[in-house]
Amino acid sequence: MSILEIKDLHARVEGQEILKGVNLRVGAGEIHAIMGPNGSGKSTLAQVLAGKAEYEVTAGEILYKGEDLLELSPEERAQAGIFMAFQYPVEIPGVSNTYFLKAALNAIRKARGESDLDAVDFLKLVRERVELVQLDESLMSRPVNEGFSGGEKKRNEIFHMAVLEPTLAILDETDSGLDIDALRVVADGVNSMLRDDRAFVVITHYQRLLDYIIPDHVHVLVHGRIVRSGTKELALELEEKGYSWVEEEAATGEAVSA
Amino acid sequence: MALSTAAQSYLEGYEAFAALGAEPPQLVELRSHARERFEALGFPSVLEEEWRFTNVAPLARSGLENLVEAGSVNAAQVDALSYDGCDRLVFVDGRVAPEHCTVERLPDGAFVGSLRQALSECPDLVLEHLGRHAPTQDRAFSALNTALFVDGAAILAPKGSIFERPIHLLFIASESAEGHAFYPRNLVVAGEASQLTIVESYAGLCNQYFNCVVSEFVGEQSSHVDHYRLQRESRASFHIATVQTWLDRSAVFSSYNLALGGRLVRVDTGAMLDGEGIECTLNGLYIASDDQLIDNHMRVEHKKPHCNSHELYKGILDGRARAVFNGRIFVHQGAQKTDAKQTNRNLLLSREALVNSNPQLEIFADDVRCTHGSTVGQLDEEAVFYLRSRGIEEEAARSLLTYAFANEVAEGIRLPEVRQEVEEFLFNRLAAGEIVRQAV
Repeated sequence: MSILEIKDLHARVEGQEILKGVNLRVGAGEIHAIMGPNGSGKSTLAQVLAGKAEYEVTAGEILYKGEDLLELSPEERAQAGIFMAFQYPVEIPGVSNTYFLKAALNAIRKARGESDLDAVDFLKLVRERVELVQLDESLMSRPVNEGFSGGEKKRNEIFHMAVLEPTLAILDETDSGLDIDALRVVADGVNSMLRDDRAFVVITHYQRLLDYIIPDHVHVLVHGRIVRSGTKELALELEEKGYSWVEEEAATGEAVSA
Repeated sequence: MALSTAAQSYLEGYEAFAALGAEPPQLVELRSHARERFEALGFPSVLEEEWRFTNVAPLARSGLENLVEAGSVNAAQVDALSYDGCDRLVFVDGRVAPEHCTVERLPDGAFVGSLRQALSECPDLVLEHLGRHAPTQDRAFSALNTALFVDGAAILAPKGSIFERPIHLLFIASESAEGHAFYPRNLVVAGEASQLTIVESYAGLCNQYFNCVVSEFVGEQSSHVDHYRLQRESRASFHIATVQTWLDRSAVFSSYNLALGGRLVRVDTGAMLDGEGIECTLNGLYIASDDQLIDNHMRVEHKKPHCNSHELYKGILDGRARAVFNGRIFVHQGAQKTDAKQTNRNLLLSREALVNSNPQLEIFADDVRCTHGSTVGQLDEEAVFYLRSRGIEEEAARSLLTYAFANEVAEGIRLPEVRQEVEEFLFNRLAAGEIVRQAV
């Protein structure tokens, strides 16, 4: 069974249709990259998957492990194992990063019928995972994302992911704004989490991230549709030629599978 | 009843009051002047700028009478409101309750006790300060308190004294206070280079009463005072207070004004920075729901150069609650290098809640750094979504963010017992308080 199956998904925000029939199937153990020019609907797709209320699904369906995802609230999705790394992680003044993660992890464990992790085990887990993303430990006690640099915020997202251990992780332009060192850290974090029963959807504008996170499939989203799918070579081709040629193809209405 | 008639009725006790015993002539004069001022001022009306948003008509209409004889409270009631590790003075209905006071290990020469006792033991020091700082000229309630107070706390810290234990001034409205008014009066004189921590807390064991308080603080040169004011009055009560501080050179004064109870609450907090190099921090947190009204008026005066004042006031309002914040920073001519910052942030959890926030700066010096800011808003929906997307239930997300909003003030409270009381209050108040308790 697929972990994620998106069928003819249409979605709009503020009355404007952004997604116009997206189809995607993500199997367990796979990494899918979704690329596309700005405004193509990449982030909308991520937000719809995470359950943001402002994004209205007007047609189509999303199945997560065979179940209707659209029926679930954002927290139910997270509890079911979906994680989205935000393109713009939100600053939460006054909520310490550690407290926040503890509340999140315990909510997820509770939904799975597991007991709360005790303080010792929790701290052990956090220490272990924070090393993975080489985040300064002082950022643990600071309010979530407040005063973090851009790179720290993105690494913090990966850190949250590493603690929450999702089944499906969606990375929404996690690479944007990162220097090469931070990019490697993020990629190492993701790579260390690869498992047969876990899947990644990596949304990116640039091919560069895919030098470090090797995708099994690459999809090109243009004007709210996946217009081309292929292997990692497609990403290299896009890097070389830019998006205009796929946009032209999209304009003619052909969806091509390479 | 017209406001003026209602005001007049409170002075009826004044004549009977003279029977309390002989008072020093300065005090008699102070009271007599205050009485005249109150007679002239009456209860303030909403036509007055300082009272625009706070209508005291419910107080005027309530027909409360001055309490002649204090009620009593039992040890269990006192213990429930006490803090470990503090010396304690207990006042019931504005009168000292010696049987509940526990004061040990005072520094040499220090006085900690009732104001009345201080007046007889060290009248000169008391009269040097009593009524010299809290203004009565244009403040009706401060005048009313000055005219009618029976007792309160006096803490007199001599030069260089260090108080190892915090002093808790516990004010309880007993069951006998129902339907009555009383007027606690407090004086704290922190002598040169002394250091002490004071907790003023207010609680009620009955429903409707009027607690009209004046507290004067004097911080002499290089004194350090940590002050906490925890107001948890009954939900039908009126609490109107003046907290006036006068600070001398290099004094450090830090105060937390925590308003969690009462039906109609007004606190006028004033600080006079009258020497160089003073550090004055005035923080506050008010949490109101249903039909509570909490009004904080602040006035910080910088009279001399090189002083810092910082004010952070935060409010959380639910139901039909209302809050008023009026903050004024006044920088006198010549008070160069003043660093003054005032921030008021309000979180509205319901559509009906309302805040009137009005920070003001008046600056008559040209080399200063003064900032003020005020915000009124709801919870950040982006933040709510962010928390939910990590698995936290919506109610818990909202509670956690509300807690975090309050905690910016609460986390600065250095006295653990007071901080814990505020936290407990929040855990009990928040819809998902238990989850927040587990998380933090």
